[in-house]
Order: sequence, then C-alpha cells, then structure tokens
Amino acid sequence: MDLTYSAGEEAFRAEARAWLEANVPRGLESGDNAVGFAQHLEWERLLFEAGWAVVSWPREYGGRDASLWEWLIFEEEYYRAGAPMRVTQNGIFLLAPTIFEFGTPEQQARVLPRMAAAQDLWCQGWSEPGAGSDLAATKARAVRDEERGGWRLTGQKTWTTRGAFCTHMFGLFRTDPESERHRGLTYFMVPLDTPGVTVRGFGRLDGDEGFAEVFLEDAFVPDDAVLGGVDRGWSVAMATTGSERGLTLRSPGRFLSAAQRLVELARERGAADDALARDRVVRAWIDAEAYQLFTLQQVTEIASGAATGARSSLNKLFWSELDVRLHEAALDLLGPEAELDDAWSRGFLFALAGPIYAGTNEIQRNIVAERVLGLPRK
Amino acid sequence: MRFALTSDQAALREAVRDLLRAECPPAVVRAGWPESNEADAARVRRVWAQLAEMGVVGAAVPEAAGGLGLDACALVGLLEEAGRAALPLPVLETAFVAGPLLAAAGEEALVQRLVNGDLLVGAALDGSGLVPYARVADALLVGDARTGGGELRLVAPAVFEPVASIDGARAPGRVADDAGVALEAEPAALAAAWERGVLGSAAQLLGLSRTLLAMATQYAHERRQFGVAIGTFQAVKHQLADALLALEFAAPAVLRAAWSLDAGAPQAGRDVAMAKALASDAALKTAATALQVHGAIAYTVEYDLHLFAKRVWAGARAWGDADWQRTRVAAALGLTHEGATR
Repeated sequence: MDLTYSAGEEAFRAEARAWLEANVPRGLESGDNAVGFAQHLEWERLLFEAGWAVVSWPREYGGRDASLWEWLIFEEEYYRAGAPMRVTQNGIFLLAPTIFEFGTPEQQARVLPRMAAAQDLWCQGWSEPGAGSDLAATKARAVRDEERGGWRLTGQKTWTTRGAFCTHMFGLFRTDPESERHRGLTYFMVPLDTPGVTVRGFGRLDGDEGFAEVFLEDAFVPDDAVLGGVDRGWSVAMATTGSERGLTLRSPGRFLSAAQRLVELARERGAADDALARDRVVRAWIDAEAYQLFTLQQVTEIASGAATGARSSLNKLFWSELDVRLHEAALDLLGPEAELDDAWSRGFLFALAGPIYAGTNEIQRNIVAERVLGLPRK
Repeated sequence: MRFALTSDQAALREAVRDLLRAECPPAVVRAGWPESNEADAARVRRVWAQLAEMGVVGAAVPEAAGGLGLDACALVGLLEEAGRAALPLPVLETAFVAGPLLAAAGEEALVQRLVNGDLLVGAALDGSGLVPYARVADALLVGDARTGGGELRLVAPAVFEPVASIDGARAPGRVADDAGVALEAEPAALAAAWERGVLGSAAQLLGLSRTLLAMATQYAHERRQFGVAIGTFQAVKHQLADALLALEFAAPAVLRAAWSLDAGAPQAGRDVAMAKALASDAALKTAATALQVHGAIAYTVEYDLHLFAKRVWAGARAWGDADWQRTRVAAALGLTHEGATR
C-alpha cells in the first residue's frame, strides 16, 4: 500500500490546478440546449488548445500521454475547480477507447484528432424504441451496397443524448438479416449529415432539448465506417459499455467534489442540530470516499494488467445510486427551497438518469449476479 | 500510488486462510460453544497453538518484544481470514489489541506468554464491561478508550459474571468497574489500541460476510423450486448482488484505514470510523440476505449459517456501531457542535 502520489504526479496536479483556476468559465448555460452547447464548445476548444482535452491520449492525437493515475488527478482537479460538464464525453470517453482498441490506423488518424479538438461531436446511437435495456433486440439494419463499397443504414435510434447538437453518431446495426440477438450486429460510425439521416431533438425531464431521435433511411456509409469488423459489433460494443459503466465516464472526482459541497451546505444549514439530516450527509460523504477508494484499487489492478470486465457493473450501480442519495440529502437540507431551479435541483434531475442510462441498474444487478457471483442464467 | 497488499502481506494472508480452512471448519467453530466437551475445546486450542507458531498471535507485538511487528495493512488481512473462518477465539482482542498494549505497558512476562500462545485475552475497551470470550480467556482487559483516554484495568479470568450470548463462541462475561488492577498505559497507546480494535473488528466483519455470501450463492445454485435453481430468480439475484456491492465498497475503506493508521495520518480516526461504519452495514445486510436466500434451512441450529450470522450481529455493534462511527465522521467533518473530539 502506498496512498501517496509521486513528485511528478503532484507537479501534474499543480499544473492542472493552476490552469483550471485561471481558465474555468463561470455562468454557462446548460450544455444540453443550443445556446449552452455552443458555450461549452468554446470551452472544449480552449481545453484542447491548452492540451487538457484528452490528457490520457497519445500526443499525436492531442493528448499528454498521461497515466491512468494522472487522468484521475486531472478529473479530481477538474471537478474541484467547478469546470463545465464535458459535451464531448460520449466521444472521448466511450467511442475513443473503442477506437484505440479496435480501430484501424487509418480510422484512428481520421477520427481521433478531430474528436479531441471538438471539431467532430459524437453521440451514441444504441437505444431504439424496442431496444433499451435489451440492447440485443436492435432492429436497425445495414444492407450491403457492393457497387458503392459500403452499407445502407435504415432504422430508428432514440434517447440519443445531445444528438441534435452533434455531428456524428456511433451505433449498432444488424448486418446479417438472418441473425438474432447479439449475433450479426456491426458497429458503425455515421456522419449525421449523411443523406437519409434525420435528427429530431426533444425535451428531457429537465426541460432541455438534450434527447434526440435519429431516423435513418437508406443512409449510405462507406466500408471504413465499420469499427472492429462486420458482424462483430456486440463484442466491440461491450468494450464501450465497460467504459460507460465503469471508470472512464464516472471518475470519483465528480462525487468527491459534490460531497464536499454537500458538507459545506450542511454546515451552513445547521445540520449539527439535526442528527437525521446530518447522518444522511455523512453517509453520502462516506460513499463518495468509498467510490474513490474502490477506484484506486481498481486502477491498481488495471495497472498490473487485470481486466475490469463485469466488475464495471459494480462501479455503475454504486456511483449512480450514490449520486441520487447525495443530491437527495442536499434537497432535504434545502427544505422548501429544494424546488428552486439551481445547481442542486438540476444536479438531482441529472442524477435521476444515472440508474437508467448505460444499462438500467436492474440489468447491472443481473450482470453482477451472473458474471461476478456466477449465478445461473437459466 | 498502489492500492494493494504487498506480495509478502498477501502470502501471509493466504497461509492463514489455508491453515484455518484446514483446521477451523464449522465443526471446530461449534466446538467453541459452551456445550462442547473437553475434546472439542482441545481442537479449538490446537488452532490457536498453530496460529501462535505462525506468528499470527504476536503479529502486532513489536519485534523487540518477541512479535512480528507487522503493520495494520498486514493485520487487517489476517483478521479478515479469522472472520472468514469464524475462528471461535479472541484473536482480535488478544493479538491486535492486548499484544501491543501490554507491550507498550512494559508487561514483558504477559507479552511473552501471549506471543507463545499461552495467554488468551478478552478485551472490552468500550466502557461496557461486557467482555467477549471471557470464558476461555486467561486475562481480561477492560476500560473505556473511546474518547482517547481513560483507565485500563487488567482483570483475572475468575473475576467476572458469565452471561449468555446469542453467539455461544463469544461466551462473554460482565466485569465490575473496580475489578482487577489498573494497568499503566499511555493515553496514546490506549487510543491506538482502540483504533486497532475498531479496524480489526471491521476486517473480521468483512471475512464473516464473505463466507455468508459464498454460502448463500452456493445454496442459490443448489436449491431448486418451481423446477429451477432459485438463483435464476431475479429477486434472489438482486439481493445477492446488493450484498456483494456493499462488501466490495467496504473492503477498500478497511484497507485505507489501515494505511492511515500505519502512516500516522491526522485523519486516521475518521478513516477507521468510516471503515467500521461501512463494514458493519455491509455485514448486517449480507447476514440478513444470506438468511433470507436460504429460507427455513438457515433458521435451524444444525445448519452452519448461524455460526457466522450471529458473530456478525454481535460484531456489527461491538467496537462502536455504524451510527456511532458515523457520528465520529460527522465530528471530523465539522458537522457536530463538539467538533473533532473523537
């Protein structure tokens, strides 16, 4: 056990902290409406120019070659500084790890630098009206076009976060019409300005137009839009779900920072006189710490070559439910003011989505039971 | 940054696990109960002799005093293994509380007996005077170390009133406030002994929970109803997943608290409190889940589950329950009027 960071890592932290303190913008609108999205894009480009957009990537793609430990440090500092949410996150945290693992050198060179620079903005096209928790029920199809050397995509994707503001989508399409379930699916990368693609944004619970549905009708994409091989989409997609559920999308920094703000709110609101409210605050703080410690242990395992696999479902269950409890504790402290439209109530609405997206928590519990504990599927 | 045991620490832990798996099966745990006979008691004491031979009993005693002088990171692994086997002896109290405390108090003769495996010590530092394992102990330590001070008394084994516990192996005794003799101990040594006891009890709870969860998982595979294994039912799966979730997020907190104690970190007390709160809650959840998943069979005395569950029900409340520990965390966070006093 050694829970200290090296001098080099501490220097990295100091550099990140100084830059963030000097540059983090204040008072942006929500990143999930048109005005706010544009503001967030400006911030993303500033991050990229300063080399902080994708710290863990190789330098040739716009990163700093940062270790996983340094990435965790950066995330801690990012949320500590109160920096904006990352509108690029579905690209840099979900698609990019998949491209690094499965992409051809040509795909890596074509996609990654533009993604890092927030020139291309990626959304996720997985859910369909009939395929939510049951992702293998995907019906959208891709039909071979030999003449043009590519595929024609037809179908409907939905719950596509920030789809109305993005330029590209990655998603699963059925390439083998005879196939069922998780066989015969292929992972495609689709420019949203492709003829035959229509995007319609719609309002989320919080009022922002953060959702979209994407209609595809005979939309042609060339062969180089396929990531990881035809009919191999399920295993390629599972690599991304591990990222989404686990470490990369939800580093502990976000919860540590929220827990700290919660403790400050509790002090201001006199929680010392209210044992019940105080206990909820302390539980939330403890859970945020526990998530941090679990992550440090997990990164140690990854650094020594172990794969996280189905254990990423433990992360997802814990952070998503922690996030709800944490915000509920804050709203309880706020009492009648809880309904006011501010950071805590917005954070609460955002947290409510956590147990639903990236595979509902019911699905995650099945995965933990079957693939971590080894209980029988049937 | 490296959040893992060293290979030496992991190897010692493995060795203890192997020893206890071979020498302390549930039959030996039952042998620790009051209705056991002479032969049973001898089996239990043999496990202790083997642990002493491995150095586990003197693991926390400084090397200069004849022990292994291991740090807390190594110790929590050993206590988790003791918990996994539900070892029916006061290993926490003797090896990790009394050993270093008696060494700090200069009680060389007692320490020597302890390291050799000839002195079992029951200890209650929470001011309750209710000492687990009093029936089998050769000496008792009582006091109130919760607020980092107080008097510690060493009591001869005969001077207690036996009381029945739901966990027969714990066979506690109630000791009067003025029994025994006062022991010379620095407040810092007493406070350190308290924190080690809290942390060690958290580690034991993790180990007990691992066994309870393994038993319930195994049973969910085997037990068939409606023509299928009950482990195929989502209602069963989700309960077991939740127990694992609680355990997997408590375990790193226990290891971190050990590191904080070893490093002398200023927030070590807070970290220990957080570890015990998480471990107590996780263990109670796991025990309840294991009982429910088993159904009626676990509600029998013949089936072994209760040996582990009862130890959890006692241990979750000993050394400060989850609520009490969270109040310590609240104080450390400046959320009490007293501030960080404990």
